[in-house]
Amino acid sequence: MKTSMTRRTFIKGSLAASGLTIVAYVTPLGTKLVSASATEGAMDGFKPSAFYQITPDNVVKVMVPNSEMGQGVRTALPMIIADELEADWDQLEIIQAPAADEFKNPILHNQLTVASASVRGFYWPMRKAGAAGRAVLIDAAAKEWNVPASQCQAIKGTVVNLKSGAKLTYGELSLKAAKLPVPQEPILKKESEFSYMGKAMPRVDIPEKVSGKAIFGFDVDLPDLHYAVLSRPPAYGAKHLSFNAEAAMAIKGVKKVVPTPRGIAVVAETLDAAMKGKDALGTKWDKGSHPQMDTSSVEASFIKDLEKPGANVVTRGDIKNALIEAKKTHEATYYIPCVSHATMEPQTCTADVRADRCDVYIPTQGQTVSHMVATKVSGLPPEKVHIHTTLLGCGLGRRPRPDQLIEAVIASKASGRPVKVVYTREEDLKTDYFRSAMAHRIKGGLDERNKLVVWDHKVSSSSLLRHLGKEPKNGIDGYCLWGLWDKPETPTKANMTYKFPNFSVNLVLSDLPIPVAPFRSVQNAPNAFATESFMDEMAHMAGKDPLNFRLESLTNDKRANRVLENLALNSNWGKPLPKGWGRGIAQHRSFGTTIAEVAEVSVDAKSGRIQVHRVDVAVDCGPVVNPDPLEAQIQGAVALGVSTTLFEEVQFANGGVASANFDDYRIIRMSENPEVNVHIVESNDDIGGIGEPGIMPLAPAVANAAFNATGGRLRRMPFTPERVLAAIKAA
Amino acid sequence: MISLTVNGKNYNVDAPKDITLLWVLRDHLKLTGTKFSCGVGECGSCTVLIDGEPQRSCTIAAEDAEGATITTIEGLPEDHPVKRAWIEEQVVQCGYCQPGTMMQVAGLLAQNKNPIPQDIFDSMDDIICRCGTYQRMKKGVETAIDIMRKEGSST
Repeated sequence: MKTSMTRRTFIKGSLAASGLTIVAYVTPLGTKLVSASATEGAMDGFKPSAFYQITPDNVVKVMVPNSEMGQGVRTALPMIIADELEADWDQLEIIQAPAADEFKNPILHNQLTVASASVRGFYWPMRKAGAAGRAVLIDAAAKEWNVPASQCQAIKGTVVNLKSGAKLTYGELSLKAAKLPVPQEPILKKESEFSYMGKAMPRVDIPEKVSGKAIFGFDVDLPDLHYAVLSRPPAYGAKHLSFNAEAAMAIKGVKKVVPTPRGIAVVAETLDAAMKGKDALGTKWDKGSHPQMDTSSVEASFIKDLEKPGANVVTRGDIKNALIEAKKTHEATYYIPCVSHATMEPQTCTADVRADRCDVYIPTQGQTVSHMVATKVSGLPPEKVHIHTTLLGCGLGRRPRPDQLIEAVIASKASGRPVKVVYTREEDLKTDYFRSAMAHRIKGGLDERNKLVVWDHKVSSSSLLRHLGKEPKNGIDGYCLWGLWDKPETPTKANMTYKFPNFSVNLVLSDLPIPVAPFRSVQNAPNAFATESFMDEMAHMAGKDPLNFRLESLTNDKRANRVLENLALNSNWGKPLPKGWGRGIAQHRSFGTTIAEVAEVSVDAKSGRIQVHRVDVAVDCGPVVNPDPLEAQIQGAVALGVSTTLFEEVQFANGGVASANFDDYRIIRMSENPEVNVHIVESNDDIGGIGEPGIMPLAPAVANAAFNATGGRLRRMPFTPERVLAAIKAA
Repeated sequence: MISLTVNGKNYNVDAPKDITLLWVLRDHLKLTGTKFSCGVGECGSCTVLIDGEPQRSCTIAAEDAEGATITTIEGLPEDHPVKRAWIEEQVVQCGYCQPGTMMQVAGLLAQNKNPIPQDIFDSMDDIICRCGTYQRMKKGVETAIDIMRKEGSST
């Protein structure tokens, strides 16, 4: 996989390497398609979003703007282009794009692989770009043969003269095609004409990963490479009192000790020496800003925040009056602790800063931010800074952050040679930007027909915006609210789907120092846990089937109806279960996708242990590009859902992170993984994302299933055996 | 000087006596298919075969592996049933933990003439896959066993 192209070299290269290059510019007025060779002067004024190039040697080079972290984007995006272009899959060369404006995601306006936005962002621009290329190639062939275009058909990388049977390959046509105008509204294929989309294409990144040859961030190697390991503060806000640089330098192979904003870097010839050098520093730290903070004080703080009025996010109807008039009311409080990304590949970055050039090799989810930060820290002009995206050893939202990049650039500058910064597992956990803890308090009321008519919701959360360096306006941080309330025009498409006549959401932002960031699904998952658990509690109070009770408040939501009806058919909903077993259901809409899950669990009444046996998932994400990785994404999301529901909680002590490694930060293992059955609902609605939605319904579905099994209500994640036993006792 | 036999080749490495096998493989021999993740033997990303036995290279001193036959993911033949099964079942997501997992499965299968999938699964609770590919890993194990049965191979 080539990763060495820069913005300028790519454009120049594609112009110089004669052939057909189609660029799709997404503007507020729609997608504009141009042949790159015709528009040299106009390049900088537009925002192109998709590229491919057909070279005279009959190769279709497809640039993938997004980061591959196992979701299959290096396969899915080329499938879209190849299909509409009617290219032969074997003639594709798939290239990881550099950091460049041309590759910004059209719905995120940033080159960033987050928010389940890759396929849904590039789907239409890439379809149009592919179709336009096909039309131009047909046009070129028709001119060559002097026949009408209607007599020519594109078939697998060739244009065929339907009368004479003559054929020209795309490569043979590429030079002539490059001189022709590009249609702005090319005719797209019908679904029945798709060659690749909708069919399970093997992922292009799997063979090299299986062989062991795939290059992740940790595997980058350069001549004269040195390694850096950092001594990190043990508590938030802690400053170093002393460190012994001489002792570190005395270790064989250690070359430098370099202070950075988030720790003291020891640079050495080998990683082994850097690690030993870090230990030898014997850094002493002060107690930091919140020395009393521990796991229980964090929980108490979020719960206490619910007593504050907070910022009113939305109010519909008359909450106060509706709660008075309701026949039955109910109130519940939920708590979700911090969880860690804990990607299998710890954070790492390699930087090579020279006098006139800076190269950064990083498993990043964010090319735009990487380029910006590397430019700033290196002090070089932007065009001298090159971001090379490696494969990512899992992302989960941890990897748009540039901290390790800053450290690598500083260490490389100080050393005058390439330096790879490596985080140990312990550092990775202690420096993580966690999924924020949240507390929720919901009051609900039923009318005389046991219909849910009032929903009063207060939530406390850390602000994700603050940790991106922006102060939320009027105390409202949209990230905290995904799945509860959202501006309709935002790309997150994460409004609560229920329409209650009386509805209110208030938000309290925590002032704890714990750094937070998006974690696969952002705050959708904790929000869905609270809302879908409360729906179940209200269904129980109403004496109604939880599935039908949901449908009552989803009358105008055809996608939610489709997935719930699918599960009514395809799961074992309503069928008898052995004693100690239960079934629970939940649904959620996020990233343009509606998804529902039925979890089948057993609860061991003696030990309190929950086993999730089976999860049925119905998903409506609109058009499906590659169905097999789609299924894999949902299987993986369910596994992460079980992990965060039953096991994961970051522990704090003495004002810092107490969890250290996988022996005390518990992650799901094979025997705890349920059988996941994915049911894809046929849908012609708008395309939605697929990387994240699978997580959301899992926690509430399991809580609701445990309630179904035992009568005990679980309102505090994770559902450890002790909490399960306490809930059963309280029932 | 540490002398190691890895994937059928002999190496002499100038490294400190207490260096772990993982760092010798990765940083000295440039066999980067073996991954670092936890460093304490909890996750299995660094698993290699030492005299046929799946072992965590992050917790073994390189000098303790002197004289042994070491096999890493790069030394597992490309047509090995486990590698083929992992591609056929599209097990991999990010792929970071998978070399270690495949080495563990390859080792377990080689030790057992007539392996039963559930027995293999029961020996896999000491690995972690953050992408949550466990369901497909199980399919991968079943398929690898099928391939071995059909082709009568066990390596």
